[in-house]
Amino acid sequence: MTNSKPLHLHVPEPPARPGDKPSFSHLVIPEAGETRKPDVTDSESDMRDLPYGLVRVLDDNGAAIGPWDPGLSPDVLRKGLRSMLLTRVFDERLFRVHRQGKTSFYMKSTGEEAIGAAQSLALSQGDMCFPTYRVMSWLMARDYPLIDMVNQIFSNEKDPLKGRQLPILFSARDYGFYSLSGNVGSRFGHAVGWAMASAYKGDDKIALGYIGEGTTAEGDFHEALTFASVYRAPVILCVTNNQWAISSYSGIAGAEATTFAAKALAYGLPGLRVDGNDFLAVWSATKWAAERARNNLGATLIEFFTYRAAGHSTSDDPTKYRPADEAEHWPLGDPLERLKHHLISLGEWDDERHEALTDELSETVRAAVKEGEAVGTLGQSKPSVREMFEGVFAEPDWRVLEQRREVGI
Amino acid sequence: MAKMNMLQAINEALDMAMAANDKVLCFGEDVGVFGGVFRATSNLQHKYGEDRCFNTPLVEQGIIGFANGLAAQGSVPVAEIQFADYIFPAFDQIVNEAAKFRYRSGNLFNVGNLTIRAPYGGGIAGGLYHSQSPEAYFAHTPGLKIVVPRNPHQAKGLLLASINDPNPTLFFEPKRLYRASTGEVPEGEYQLPIGEAEVLKEGTDVTVLGWGAQMEVIDKAVEMAEKEGFSCEVIDLRTILPWDVETIAESVLKTGRLVITHEAPLTGGFAGEIAATIQERCFLYLESPIARVTGMDTPFPLVLEKEHFPNHLKVFEAIRESVEF
Repeated sequence: MTNSKPLHLHVPEPPARPGDKPSFSHLVIPEAGETRKPDVTDSESDMRDLPYGLVRVLDDNGAAIGPWDPGLSPDVLRKGLRSMLLTRVFDERLFRVHRQGKTSFYMKSTGEEAIGAAQSLALSQGDMCFPTYRVMSWLMARDYPLIDMVNQIFSNEKDPLKGRQLPILFSARDYGFYSLSGNVGSRFGHAVGWAMASAYKGDDKIALGYIGEGTTAEGDFHEALTFASVYRAPVILCVTNNQWAISSYSGIAGAEATTFAAKALAYGLPGLRVDGNDFLAVWSATKWAAERARNNLGATLIEFFTYRAAGHSTSDDPTKYRPADEAEHWPLGDPLERLKHHLISLGEWDDERHEALTDELSETVRAAVKEGEAVGTLGQSKPSVREMFEGVFAEPDWRVLEQRREVGI
Repeated sequence: MAKMNMLQAINEALDMAMAANDKVLCFGEDVGVFGGVFRATSNLQHKYGEDRCFNTPLVEQGIIGFANGLAAQGSVPVAEIQFADYIFPAFDQIVNEAAKFRYRSGNLFNVGNLTIRAPYGGGIAGGLYHSQSPEAYFAHTPGLKIVVPRNPHQAKGLLLASINDPNPTLFFEPKRLYRASTGEVPEGEYQLPIGEAEVLKEGTDVTVLGWGAQMEVIDKAVEMAEKEGFSCEVIDLRTILPWDVETIAESVLKTGRLVITHEAPLTGGFAGEIAATIQERCFLYLESPIARVTGMDTPFPLVLEKEHFPNHLKVFEAIRESVEF
């Protein structure tokens, strides 16, 4: 025996549990405008401070400041605000619809609306995003038909995915939204493959992959970064760090030791850490990474620092593992409120117009839900049983045909 | 016709596929300038360039994840997994992604262009991790096709068919035969049908069924059996998924007996699926229990490989017992 102290195992714990006062005092939050903006052609070795900074544009007064201000037109800002607001209104409505038993499942993206919305608008038609289940605002910003969403969520006979997929696991190729699946992380490498196919073909399209901070622990994360680095794939790899992977706080995924953006460094990739609740910062960082990708300068890893304000899903009760009012204390605030504040401070928006837009979008969503309900809610309407057998193969094989005949169709 | 071994036939198929379609890309561990640890991709990089035949990092889940992304966009990836034993890290990408891709997206997306090649099977003193036959793991997965050739002629025609098939396809190559099996291979492009078994020899007493390298074992066993006066019908299944039930059932309705043999372990092996299905379809015609001659329910042992193996003597015994039941 030596006289050293006994070893002990460190298991990260969040700073606050239910009943505690929420605490984010452990976070170091740089001021808006503080993190520098390098030229896209700078070498990776000259950017190694960035993963420890935080790209922020909107300050506490709603002003856009610093080198990352993208100088967006009021029309684009209003389009962004509309996309985010539509996402939130839709989430709230469909969450209630779930409580009424009209669908089997739902997941909100409350507090994270800026990420998908800004990226969707900042990138081009033909660029493909490889989503997680929490970037629905991408589709909202590209005007994906709400009725298709509602029908998918109701799994009814007009569901574009024929009732095969869990609600909100959309596929929308024409909207740059890759096929979602339930196994987390598994499409992060697909984004790199897609981007490499673009590079091989010599086209000008890029890919954008999403992964949650919890899922960075999966092997897929490591593989995607390795491939992206090795082949200089034109891809933007995004970590949406919303602090929570169901009940596991980000420390369990490794956040106590480093930032997720800093994981880029060992792969020789630039890593940006971005205020995910700042529409302008998300936009700007995305444009910067897209320019690198389109100029054959390779991949960028971006960590969007945000907070999952709602429960993980309709099957989750976050009050069992974190303070009920934690979201209200999140230091980066609410992305919707911050963009609204900015537009108002520019004289391009006001509370009346915001209220009118909220009413308009509520009505739009209500009408879409009503239209979907007319087709049928959960169990009231189903795709043809024949659809169970379609699409397994390009053409059904004898087993599928035989089993289809056995059920009488 | 040219005489060549199985590796040369596979190489020729890849060469032709790449020549015919510039969307065909070959990649995997060591497939680039080196041409693969078995040389299946020899000279392809030299001929088609580094961006069409290249090495990947050593990560099987990454190789297939990346291949899925390529295929989804319309490229035609032919991914190599160095040994079928090492396909398991990519199991999630194959089973949860590739196989379900068309289905789950309501046909908005598919990865039908994907082909995965992997050397499989024992007989090269490969021990636990260079000997496995994993086809049955994948046979439980709707949406995949699984193809196994038995000789150079089959390998070329079936590989070209796999690359052209509009569904994700696993192509398991019997590595024991890579150089050992030689034969005449037609020049030029030809495809052999996926989903069709091939009756290699007609007979009346018993149907003997296998695939891949096991067909060689069957040949020896049948030679012994015929000397004893047993008339054997020999069938190469060729495609594990979707398997050709009609040809097998038709044969068993005639012979009344079935011996199935594969290298993989007995329990959960694909012979079980065939036996159950044929038993349903041919119940009143069966003269004896369907026999399965397979590897043991153990990991594949290094130095006891011969004892583990379903060799021709074991297959012969099963034929005799089946006929004399």
